[in-house]
Amino acid sequence: MEVLKIATAGSVDDGKSTLIGRILYDTKSLTSDKLEAIEKTSKQKGYDYLDFSLATDGLVAEREQGITIDVAHIYFSTAKKSYIIADTPGHVEYTRNMVTGASTSQAAIILIDARKGVIEQTNRHFFINNLLRIKDVVVAINKMDLVDYSEEKYNAIKADFEELMAKRDYQDQKITFIPVSALKGDNVVNKTDKTPWYTGPTLLEHFEALDRKDIFNVGTPRFPVQYVIRPKTDEHHDFRGFAGKVYGGELSVGDEVVALPSQTRSTIKEIYFHDKKYKTASRRSSVTITLEDEINLSRGDMLVKANDLPTIDKQFTATISWMDSLPLVAGNKYVVQHGVNKVLAKVEQVHHKIAPDYSGIDSETDALGMNDIAQVSFRLNKPIFYDQFKNHRTNGSFILIDTKSNSTVGAGFIS
Amino acid sequence: MSNTSTELEVTPSLELLKDTSHINALENEAIYIIREVAAQFEKPVLLFSGGKDSITLVRLAQKAFWPSKIPFPLMHIDTGHNFPETIEFRDRLVEELGLELIVRNVQDSINQGKVKEESGRYSSRNSLQTTTLLDAIEEFKFDACIGGARRDEEKARAKERIFSVRDDFGQWDERNQRPELFDMLNGQIELGQNVRVFPISNWTELDVWSYIKEEQIEIPSIYFAHKRKTFLRDGMIWSAEDGIVFREENEIVEERLVRFRTVGDMSCTAAVLSDAESIDKVVEEIRDSSISERGARIDDKRSEAAMEKRKQQGYF
Repeated sequence: MEVLKIATAGSVDDGKSTLIGRILYDTKSLTSDKLEAIEKTSKQKGYDYLDFSLATDGLVAEREQGITIDVAHIYFSTAKKSYIIADTPGHVEYTRNMVTGASTSQAAIILIDARKGVIEQTNRHFFINNLLRIKDVVVAINKMDLVDYSEEKYNAIKADFEELMAKRDYQDQKITFIPVSALKGDNVVNKTDKTPWYTGPTLLEHFEALDRKDIFNVGTPRFPVQYVIRPKTDEHHDFRGFAGKVYGGELSVGDEVVALPSQTRSTIKEIYFHDKKYKTASRRSSVTITLEDEINLSRGDMLVKANDLPTIDKQFTATISWMDSLPLVAGNKYVVQHGVNKVLAKVEQVHHKIAPDYSGIDSETDALGMNDIAQVSFRLNKPIFYDQFKNHRTNGSFILIDTKSNSTVGAGFIS
Repeated sequence: MSNTSTELEVTPSLELLKDTSHINALENEAIYIIREVAAQFEKPVLLFSGGKDSITLVRLAQKAFWPSKIPFPLMHIDTGHNFPETIEFRDRLVEELGLELIVRNVQDSINQGKVKEESGRYSSRNSLQTTTLLDAIEEFKFDACIGGARRDEEKARAKERIFSVRDDFGQWDERNQRPELFDMLNGQIELGQNVRVFPISNWTELDVWSYIKEEQIEIPSIYFAHKRKTFLRDGMIWSAEDGIVFREENEIVEERLVRFRTVGDMSCTAAVLSDAESIDKVVEEIRDSSISERGARIDDKRSEAAMEKRKQQGYF
């Protein structure tokens, strides 16, 4: 069975949590004890409907304030697919948590309140989905029940959104519009007779029909060495395996490889997954590789195919999503974690900041505040082996770690 | 453990190494996480309760480092109210795999006056574990504790990161978690802090059972249907054996055919009626169940935020 990870995005009160609760309810994924708890609490609060957000807003502070603060991961499955939904916050101040949720997702839902239409937050969510190159995006125009299921209203919002789409740099993104009411359950899992003018799929039908081949940007094989396995036991005295995860493409026994940074050449001798040998390791498999030659490799080094090298450089420019209350300032030093590799980096220059409404207008600056997004140049103390993010999601992304607090303070997408 | 295969085996399961198969994708993700722990930390430990989730973790750790042994010990925080079947199983597993096991007892914390035993109808030692755990972390200076928690278990768990940083009081600050992006796990901490690591965060209860079935992993017998002396309270079935669960005189003991879905402290783990004697039947039963796993954990029903509050105090 396939697994599909979906990130949700939408402004406060657009009904993301309600939508997820509705999906769980209509696919009969809510167990009876959880449903009872929702019924009980909804009644206590005096609501005349079931408050599905209670299923996803897991923190006391979230329930008190009625908002989502941090990403919740929700699981359900149909006969066809397993789903993981990253329910991300809508508040501007939690934009970083939205980037977090979207970074591991293959598809996204952007919710729009049919009464409000495209607002500043919609720009932001669309921009982030673009930045992260999420290939399949559904624009769910929600609360259709509150606009009398008006086709005109729906078309007007769709037209506004299409204006945004014209400005995006990631043109391969597939965008689907669906009119829904999460509260009433229209076009979420089941079709409604209230939108006879809409002939497309329901939200769930859309995801059920998605072909994974269409949503992945595979890239070429990269094998960062995560852990060196040297048992030194009688049975495996000379075993020297390089454990890691294959990113992009495939690696096979007999492939000629180059070890970075030493640029030493060798050939893949064996590929193990646990105690079984395989001829080929596909992407995202956590294998252990042995080489024909004794070469010195340690954590953070990388094996790549001899005919397909990444960029090896001590500097790069990237789009940064800043996630900390202390600003990023030109001249500051941070740890760049690129895959499993950590190097020290100095901020050379902050180029253009994206305007807060994400309308695409740049402004000059030399510092970034929480939730700002900008182009930033870095100089490193050691070279790293990278690809552009648009060509390789894994090898083109990194995180920034504050050297004093150890916090993850930024996410980067190499351009 | 099976031996090295000498031939080059190109099995059909080669396909399964791709992440198009859900359970194999989860397995590959968990192995990656466990290796990150071994690489990034000085003194990691695997928290082992003898339950299905921590048994699954042990199997994943074996796979992560083969043909080396698991490069960290296991630790069991024993409430003293464990099912005897679980303890027997624990000791056998550790011996068979040649692993190091550390046991620390809640009873010792009670004797030292650090925690107070609860009394009455709903008394349980579950929350007392936290103190014993935090003391053990300090004693051994563990900087990473691998645990078998899953995000589908409970709504506060659903908010937890894979690398979840705790301060030097062992506390979880749910408002200020580190962003976790792509596959990159940031394990940088200060002395005194520790990280709780959850490699099977993205697994569901059914995933764990499916994996146990696929891998033919042995689990304690209490997970399968057996006859047991029990009594009913609040619509749940409690074990009347060993006298550990508090029972009123009017609560009548009867023999029932039951199994346990979750194996925690006996005083807070209810049984379910079941005739599932095999792993196939268990998987079938979980698939059709309309009650969540935590529905049988009385300590989660204490309040809407029971789990979150325990986690803030350092519960794992």
